[in-house]
Amino acid sequence: MTALPLASVSFVESTGVQIVKAIVIFAFVLVVVPLILLLERKLLGRFQARLGPNRVGPFGLLQPLADVLKLLSKERFTPRTAVPWMMAMAPAISIFTAVVTLAIIPFGDVRHNALFGASYGLYGIDVSIGILWAFAFGALAFYGLMLGGWASGSKYSFLGAMRSAAQLISYEVSLGLSLVGVVITAGSLSLTEIVNSQDHIWYVVPQFVGFCIFMVAAFAETNRPPFDLPEADAEIVAGYNTEFGGMRFGSFFMAEYINMVAIAGIATAMFLGGWHGPGPGWLDPIWVIVKMLLFVVLFIWIRATLPRLRYDQLMAFGWKVLLPLATLNALVTAIVVSA
Amino acid sequence: MLKSYLPALVFLALGAGTGAAFTALNSVLGPRRPSKVKSDPYECGLPSEVTSSFRFGISFYLIAMLFILFDIEVIFLYPVAVGLKQFGTFALVETIVFIVLLFVAFVFVWRRGALEWR
Repeated sequence: MTALPLASVSFVESTGVQIVKAIVIFAFVLVVVPLILLLERKLLGRFQARLGPNRVGPFGLLQPLADVLKLLSKERFTPRTAVPWMMAMAPAISIFTAVVTLAIIPFGDVRHNALFGASYGLYGIDVSIGILWAFAFGALAFYGLMLGGWASGSKYSFLGAMRSAAQLISYEVSLGLSLVGVVITAGSLSLTEIVNSQDHIWYVVPQFVGFCIFMVAAFAETNRPPFDLPEADAEIVAGYNTEFGGMRFGSFFMAEYINMVAIAGIATAMFLGGWHGPGPGWLDPIWVIVKMLLFVVLFIWIRATLPRLRYDQLMAFGWKVLLPLATLNALVTAIVVSA
Repeated sequence: MLKSYLPALVFLALGAGTGAAFTALNSVLGPRRPSKVKSDPYECGLPSEVTSSFRFGISFYLIAMLFILFDIEVIFLYPVAVGLKQFGTFALVETIVFIVLLFVAFVFVWRRGALEWR
C-alpha cells in the first residue's frame, strides 16, 4: 500500500515570519486594488474615446482615494422592510471570503535568503488541500450576495440575489471541473507544486480547453461583464446591492476587485506557469504580478467589448456547453495522462 | 503540518476585521438624518409594494438541486485526480465509469427538460 500522494507541504517558517508575510500580501493587495480600479476607469475611458478620470491628483491617481472618502461620509441607512443585522453581515462576508482566498496565491517558491540566513516561501499558505481552499471560500462568497439581496427587502435586490445564486452555482461546477485536468497532469493540489511541474511547458498549452472553460467560469464567478446579470443596471437597477450605500456598497465593490485579483492569481499559477519566466530568481514575484495584471486587463477589455448576456442564454451556456465540455476535458486528460 | 495553516488564520482575522470595519464605519462617520420616504425600499416612481414572501420561478430550485448533484460529483473526482498517475489503470477505468455514469444522468436531465430556463 503506497502512501497517498499528498503534496509535500512539510516546510514551515517561524511563527513571526508567517504572520508578517500574510500581512504583507494583504497590504499589497489593498494597495493594488484601488490602482486596478483607476486602471479600469482609465482603460474604459480610452476604449470609449474619452480621457477617464484625470482631475484628482496627477493623472487622476488620487481618484480612488476621493471615491473612498466620499463613500465614507455617506449616511448609513436600511430600508423599513430590511433585516438590519443580515444587511450588516452580507458585505462583511463578501470581503472576508475575498481576502481569505488571497492566501493561496503563490508569488514564488521556497527560497533561501542569504541576507537573513533563513528560507521563506513567497505565498500565504501552501497546504495539502491547495486549490480546494479557493473553492471553499469562493463558494462561501455566495452567502454575501444572497444575504445582502434577500435581507434588503426590496424586489430588485431580491431578483438580483436569486440571479446571483443561480449563476454562481451553475458556473461553479464548470470552474471545478475545468481544473481537474490540471490536477491530473500535475498530480497535486498544492499551487506551488503545480507551478513547479510547469517547468517545461505551461499548462495553458496542453490544457487549452480547460483554460478557456476556467476563464469563462471565472468571469461568471466574479460577476464581471458579460456575466454581470446579478447587478444588470438596465433591468434590475443594481441587483443585490440596490439598497446598499456608503462603505457597505464599497465592500461589495472592493470584494469584486479582490476576487478578480485572486482569480487572476489562481489562473496564473494553474495555467500560465506562475513565477516561471526569463531572468534571475528575484524576478519571480514580478513575473507573477505581471501575469496577474495581464488577466486583469483582459477582464477590463472584455467588459468594454462584449454586451451582457440574456439570463436564459447564460443558464443554457453554463449547463449545456461549459459543463459537458469540462467533463469531456477531464475525461480526455485522464485517459491521455494515464496512457 | 497544521502549522502551515497559521497564515490562514491571519488572513481570516484580516478579512473579518476589514469586513467589520467597512460595515460599521458609516454609522460613525456618516450623518444621521432619517426620514419616512428615505426608509422606503427603492422603486422608480411608484409606491413600492414589497411583501414578506416573494414568488419566483421554479427554475431556480431546479438549478439548485442539479448543482448539489453535480458539485458533489466534482468533489469526488478531485481525490482520484490527484493520484491518478500513481494508481494506474484501475483508477483510470473507475474514473471513466464514474464520468460516463455522470454523463448518463446529465443526458437524462437534459432530455427531461430540466435545463430549459422557464
